[in-house]
Amino acid sequence: MSTDSEIILTMRGLRIEGQADEEWQEIVHGIDIDLRRGEVLGLIGESGAGKSTIGLAAMGYARPGCRLSGGEIMFDGIDLMKASEEEKRSLRGVRISYVAQSAAASFNPAHRLIDQFAESPVQHGVKSRSDAEEDAKVLFRRLKLPYPDTIGQRYPHQVSGGQLQRAMTAMAMSCRPDLIVFDEPTTALDVTTQIEVLAAIKDVVKEFNTAAIYITHDLAVVAQMADRIMVLRYGNLIEEGDAREMLANPKDPYTADLLAVRTFAKEGDNLPDQKVPLLKVENVVASYTGGVRVLQDVSVEIQRGRTVAVVGESGSGKSTLARAITGLLPPEAGRVLYEGEVMPNALDQRSREQLRRMQMIYQMPDTALNPRQRISEIIGRPLSFYLDLHGKAREERVRELLTLIELDPADYYDRFPGELSGGQKQRICIARALAAEPDLIICDEVTSALDQLVAEEILKLLQKLQDEMNVSYLFITHDLATVRAIADEIVVMLQGRVVEQGAKDEVLTPPHHEYTDLLLSSVPEMDPDWLDRLLVDRQNAE
Amino acid sequence: MVFKVLRDAPWSARFGFGVIVFYVFTSLFAPVLTPYGESQIVAGEFEPWGGEYWLGTDNLGRDMLTRLLYGGRNTIGIAFLTTVLAFLIGGVAGFIAATLGGWLDNIISRIVDVMMAIPTLVFALLILTISGTSVPVLIIVIAVLDSTRVFRLARAVAMNIVVMDYVEVARLRGEGLFWIIRREVLPNAMPPLVAEFGLRFCFVFLFISALSFLGLGIQPPTADWGSMVRDNATLITFGDITPLLPAASIALLTVGVNFVVDFFLHKTSGLRDEH
Amino acid sequence: MPQLLIMVAQRLALGLLTLFVVSLIIFLGVELLPGDLTQAILGQAATPETVAAFRRELGLDLPPHTRYLEWLGDIVQGDLGRSLANGREISELIGGRLYNTLFLAMIAAVIAIPLALTLGVLAALYRNSIFDRLVNIVTLTSISFPEFFVAYILILFLSVNAGWFPSISNINDDLSFWERVYRCVLPALTLTLVVVAHMMRMTRAAIINLLASPYIEMANLKGLTRSRIIVKHALPNALAPIINVVVINLAYLVVGVVVVEVVFVYPGMGQLLVDSVSKRDIPVVQSTSMFFAGAFVLLNLTADLMAIITNPRLLHPK
Repeated sequence: MSTDSEIILTMRGLRIEGQADEEWQEIVHGIDIDLRRGEVLGLIGESGAGKSTIGLAAMGYARPGCRLSGGEIMFDGIDLMKASEEEKRSLRGVRISYVAQSAAASFNPAHRLIDQFAESPVQHGVKSRSDAEEDAKVLFRRLKLPYPDTIGQRYPHQVSGGQLQRAMTAMAMSCRPDLIVFDEPTTALDVTTQIEVLAAIKDVVKEFNTAAIYITHDLAVVAQMADRIMVLRYGNLIEEGDAREMLANPKDPYTADLLAVRTFAKEGDNLPDQKVPLLKVENVVASYTGGVRVLQDVSVEIQRGRTVAVVGESGSGKSTLARAITGLLPPEAGRVLYEGEVMPNALDQRSREQLRRMQMIYQMPDTALNPRQRISEIIGRPLSFYLDLHGKAREERVRELLTLIELDPADYYDRFPGELSGGQKQRICIARALAAEPDLIICDEVTSALDQLVAEEILKLLQKLQDEMNVSYLFITHDLATVRAIADEIVVMLQGRVVEQGAKDEVLTPPHHEYTDLLLSSVPEMDPDWLDRLLVDRQNAE
Repeated sequence: MVFKVLRDAPWSARFGFGVIVFYVFTSLFAPVLTPYGESQIVAGEFEPWGGEYWLGTDNLGRDMLTRLLYGGRNTIGIAFLTTVLAFLIGGVAGFIAATLGGWLDNIISRIVDVMMAIPTLVFALLILTISGTSVPVLIIVIAVLDSTRVFRLARAVAMNIVVMDYVEVARLRGEGLFWIIRREVLPNAMPPLVAEFGLRFCFVFLFISALSFLGLGIQPPTADWGSMVRDNATLITFGDITPLLPAASIALLTVGVNFVVDFFLHKTSGLRDEH
Repeated sequence: MPQLLIMVAQRLALGLLTLFVVSLIIFLGVELLPGDLTQAILGQAATPETVAAFRRELGLDLPPHTRYLEWLGDIVQGDLGRSLANGREISELIGGRLYNTLFLAMIAAVIAIPLALTLGVLAALYRNSIFDRLVNIVTLTSISFPEFFVAYILILFLSVNAGWFPSISNINDDLSFWERVYRCVLPALTLTLVVVAHMMRMTRAAIINLLASPYIEMANLKGLTRSRIIVKHALPNALAPIINVVVINLAYLVVGVVVVEVVFVYPGMGQLLVDSVSKRDIPVVQSTSMFFAGAFVLLNLTADLMAIITNPRLLHPK
């Protein structure tokens, strides 16, 4: 909490319009904000909430395709709505800074890190070049970057994602601004890298008593960082208040839903193992062209009607496992057995019947559906191709499937994917997979690209379908909350190897493998003290 | 539907569309619209404008207007045919290369790279030196040479589509190559391909005219705008703009097509120009 | 650094290979196509004796690979053979004309490149202003015009009507430098007009693409001045695409020169090529094609090499 109660930023009735196909529509409908010096305000919401747009508005900036259409933005007595470009320009980078979601894209590939760091202070006349360079070393050290004295000499592509994000934070701090806007700074990072960046940001913001607007869609993350939270939805304010209070006692049902997202959990399945597992992966080794080995000696078993979750971070090989199983990337060694029979390694050697029984659903519903095909065709094709259904019979079955995925056939039968939302598109993908009447569905990060509440609905749908149709899932994900929600068994992967596997409760309770422990402990929880405690724990452990 | 689109279009696109329609009409109906035969000699050489011969006569005494109309018909017809052929060759090759990938893609791409290493004009002249300039040879040579550009574009467009998950879905299902190309790739590749067709047509059209102008394209007595410029070029030195007429006709059609394609690209590429 | 050198070496090797393959094609073109060449050239005079003599003269009685290697060897040594039409040494014929064509192309390039780049950058910066829209229409119109149309319009207005410049550019070695330039003004202007349009459009597209990058937005949000953003952030990354544009258009210039030389009766390589084609003077066609193709390959090679050495990821590997 800040000790200085002076208000640095005020927004009253902020309205922002966005342009879609030559027409302007309001996307932010009258937002009020009061931000004090040294205070961290969390802006949370799902996609379309307008949080990024509001964050940029705090700098008096609107992206191409947007415009600030109404209201007041007062930064330390200056009205940003009325200020000239020159006035705003002199504020940006000096008194208000921005940290973007993707550091890799926001750094100029042609210049060294130190040059880009020193640019703001030198150009705005705040520091000399040599002072800026010294300051850089101080900040880099503070943010726990490796080789703080020399890392500035590197180019952006020579530095890792997490390090680059911290370098960007340092750059934002270079002029000791009054306010920093953090726009989803850790969303693109692995959960284990995220911890370091969150800790760094929290630390440095406190030390320099900087006010901050922290934008994210993850309530658990904002719980760690913010003093106050504003919940946004479709450009409207839903709820606002002190962080701890809101987390303990949400007033609005929407906030309560967001909080509850991590609590949906499936009861462990205590049925005995079947004699012959549905799918058995034995000692599979796989490489990409160029000899890079991606899977090392991987063995996994899936029982009928059960869900096996494969968890890992980027580079763990979990998606490659799916490609090896389906035959898209034939393994170099090892085999894949389906109901006890060996499957041909390569996709084109498999029979249509073999292909039918294993289906896959993808992460991005936008690219998984052909935008030029109607829903009836998308779901109908597998019916014709695998089950030889045509004409009236096929049409009826498509409508049945639509009802199964909770979409009204009368409404959706003739639509194109472009007319549907992300969650609806993913449901269509599920229906397409179900149309083949498979035994096993491989779900490759199917909820990762969806908003949390929508993802929740999809998970519930998948569970319902499993209960009704006894279909198995191989569920690939990086998100442990999802694992808790849907898995019967868990497989943990790290750099192409399986480090741990077993029944859900076994894997999730200690004692477990070191990496599993790291992974589990890195998942942010709703408790605002979680981060501080974790850091203390880790420090003690060293 | 076309008219709705045109109503919102800028004046340049509407102008271009009008030009195209006009040219297509006159090309199709040239025999009906002209009083004389294509190569019919009707009067003395280089008669001035007016009277019976609206645009005067050319260097052999043929009616200029007739020659213009037939010239358009011939040049546009040949250019169109060539473009279609180039598209068939380049498009199919590009799609197959992108969808199948692997060594086939490599080989075809290398061959295309080498073919593109020689400037089209030089390559065409080389081949025409040896095989002579008859219309079928002209069409095939230019079509094959131009198909390399179409290949590059078709392949690039198809590559972007082929990495989409919905194509992988079809592959995983066990769909055959041609089904995937026809049902998944092609419908999504249409907008850039249509635009490219327009651009390629312009290029081929200009190219054939240039060859004819150099005397190495369409041979007399067939009417053709390029050679008409060449035949009547001496008039320029007298300040007569008649030889500019076929040249201007070429330019006008190309401008029209370019305007329409520019507008089309604008609309479909999602590049919003307002900012 | 090593990776950079490897890539440069690879590209150079590829360039050489391409030249080699191109020479093969140019040589083989004569071999593989239908129609007996000698029959076609000799026409009426084709008796068995003359045909045999002709073939021996051209060396057509030797096996292909021998001929090819001899030909290649000769070229490298500078011996291009003799013209069928007038029996002169081809290297003599080409020498002067090559200089003339390069002279003309150089003038056009020197005017066109700075003009096009400036217009392109300005159009991209002031996107959708009246200036931009106007330039768009003008260049779109300009690239639609055949070169001979532009040439004749210029001749009509600047030569016949105004009398400022000669309509035929017959230059020879006796002229002074400026006299040469004066006679080249119209052809150079024609070339410039066409090339500027293409180059400007491509530059504009490349810059617009660049300006949409996230790091440009970041520079904006750091409160940097517009000129600094353009000079320090956009330009260094614009080098590669702009160089690419320039080289592509220089290659285009190589081809455009042919038509322009014919219109203005300019004694250059282009005119030589066209004349030899109509006279079916094979050796000359082969030699001139080799030069044009060679220039083309070299320009593309330069573009690729420049793209490689301006890439920061390759300049400063991990």
